[in-house]
Amino acid sequence: MNARETVLGRVRDALAIAPPPQVDIPREYRRGREMPAGERLEVLVDRLQDYRAQVHRTTGEDTAATVAAALDGIARVGIPPGLDRSWLAGYSGEVVVDSPDVPAPRLDELGAVLTGSAVTCAETGTVFLDGSPDQGRRALTLVPDVHVCVVDLSTVVAGVPEAVARLDPVRPTTLISGPSATSDIELDRVEGVHGPRTLHVVLRTDR
Amino acid sequence: MSTFLGMPSAPPRGTGNLRGTEPFPAAARDELGNTQLRRNVGKATRTIRDKRLAVTGELPDWEQLRSAGAAIKRDVLARLPELLEQFEQAVTARGGTVHWARDAAEANAIVTRLVRATGSDEVLKVKSMATQEIGLNEHLASSGIHAVETDLAELIVQLGDDRPSHILVPAIHRNRAEIREIFLRTMPDVDPELDDDPRHLAEAARRFLRERFMRAEVAISGANFGIAETGTTSVVESEGNGRMCLTMPRTLITVMGLEKLLPSFADLEVFLQLLPRSSTGERMNPYTSMWTGVTDGDGPQEFHLVLLDNGRTAALADQVGREALHCIRCSACLNVCPVYERTGGHAYGSTYPGPIGAVLSPQLAGMHTGPDDPNAALPYASSLCGACFDACPVKIDIPSLLVELRHQHVEQAGVSAESAAMKAASAVMSSAPRFSTAQRAARLGRLLGRGGRIRALPPPASGWTDARDLPVPPKRTFRQWWDSDEARADLDRARREGKGFEA
Repeated sequence: MNARETVLGRVRDALAIAPPPQVDIPREYRRGREMPAGERLEVLVDRLQDYRAQVHRTTGEDTAATVAAALDGIARVGIPPGLDRSWLAGYSGEVVVDSPDVPAPRLDELGAVLTGSAVTCAETGTVFLDGSPDQGRRALTLVPDVHVCVVDLSTVVAGVPEAVARLDPVRPTTLISGPSATSDIELDRVEGVHGPRTLHVVLRTDR
Repeated sequence: MSTFLGMPSAPPRGTGNLRGTEPFPAAARDELGNTQLRRNVGKATRTIRDKRLAVTGELPDWEQLRSAGAAIKRDVLARLPELLEQFEQAVTARGGTVHWARDAAEANAIVTRLVRATGSDEVLKVKSMATQEIGLNEHLASSGIHAVETDLAELIVQLGDDRPSHILVPAIHRNRAEIREIFLRTMPDVDPELDDDPRHLAEAARRFLRERFMRAEVAISGANFGIAETGTTSVVESEGNGRMCLTMPRTLITVMGLEKLLPSFADLEVFLQLLPRSSTGERMNPYTSMWTGVTDGDGPQEFHLVLLDNGRTAALADQVGREALHCIRCSACLNVCPVYERTGGHAYGSTYPGPIGAVLSPQLAGMHTGPDDPNAALPYASSLCGACFDACPVKIDIPSLLVELRHQHVEQAGVSAESAAMKAASAVMSSAPRFSTAQRAARLGRLLGRGGRIRALPPPASGWTDARDLPVPPKRTFRQWWDSDEARADLDRARREGKGFEA
């Protein structure tokens, strides 16, 4: 018998020796919650600031100016191929469009990365990236030390169940809650280990 | 319904790093003598306890989430055969390769073969309990493959040539000054001016690993969750070392215990709330990665998933003990445990320390390999105070499991010195004259004590004092006092005054 058959056989044996009960799953926790836009905004900003992310409230019209301010002093920014280029209208540095052929060490030469986002959870301050054309491959938002992420208030949902419901399981997905951090030294949280040490969230309140 | 042919046979126990070299009381005695360790662990567990209470308290539906989490895990175990096959099919359909490992040795052999096939002699590792359980790093080293731990705490442990002492924070027993000293001693090119500011220590780790991440060919991870419905795997982390390992290399090998399954993708809505709040005491951990097989143009183009049994099916065959397989490795039970807080993790001997380790290690690896099996001491490494049960996000009734394991241990041990002593005690206590004689004899025990404590009794009672001090017997017993003139006078006075009295 190969390992697969052996292990599956053991599982069946174990359940025959000690038959399990039928299980009903009580789903009495909060699901499908609606939260007014103003509250979603306030809760999200509170959570992001708690993680020491930089929050910039702006509007669709002022996106370019806000992005330019967040990228101030950065010579080279990477973007995914599907990003709205108008967001960079106020930025004067070099723009590098990413593709799967760009080797990883080249990403390390970028001063920052600018992306959109898929969905955001207010209650936990979590931005979800799913590799869509405006978000790019996972390495792009990981290697540069600064991540500027545009979040539209219309994509912000109340809690974790509401956010998970909007995901496509097949897409490679990354949940980001503030900058890279560690609590490994005496359980004190310290921002900045291997991921971007600075996270800017550009929050467009009218989109 | 599956048809069952033949008699079911009890699955074998697991192997690997699931058993210490000495029983808990002996190991704990050494650890308790280390005041630095006690101070470090005490400070860290206090910090995390407060954070956990704050973030679990702010969710009005925390108890409902715990109930759902417990039921989902129970459902997974009840439907494990079909869910495993569904998971395998989904991973394979998305370009991944699934391997099955009966035990630690088989898992190690599979991973080593896969790494060899890439031609690489260095692998990056994401913190993983499963690979620690099977002793993967040591096995790889014996095959000439160097495994680099990338989690900061695991790196501290690896560079310090040390053992992890906590599920979540393996270097919890080290303070910042000790970590600085380890880095200065072991990291090539480290700034000699490095101080013990945690931010600077984290920066040193970033520099040390950065170049390795950029040229990584192979990485090895564990998995927090595997979704049967979609074939999705997930790793929950903080630093970004996980993202690096899951994203940058060409080949990714994930070792996952077969109990880590969740039936559907939507079940993540429960566990992504339970896990971070229970483990780091955060509303959400900084980074969570989810991937499903292989994605063209994004991340590793070769994905291997090793499904590990190693005693899990043996635990599953125990109607009561299988509940230990619900564990999501959050470590909340460690942080609230009065025993763990004082001994730290090393005393438990196994990869899994603390209350859940005291249950999981005997369940996975057994506790009856011989008369002195160190795992047999683990179910007694608890005061049964119940704090772990209250803290567990999936409601594992650890105290009841410990009692059940004690029961199994006593049953297995048969007529021991202790059970003989209990029988003798029963005979003595059921007869008043015999009891009086015994009590008079017990006064001799005062000769053994110092400072009101007896630290060692001769055999067979030494089993009791190996792990506990015993108060010396009083100068006279209650019955002797009751018979005295002094007691009669006290009682008369109290009766006259119509109230109780102080003896």
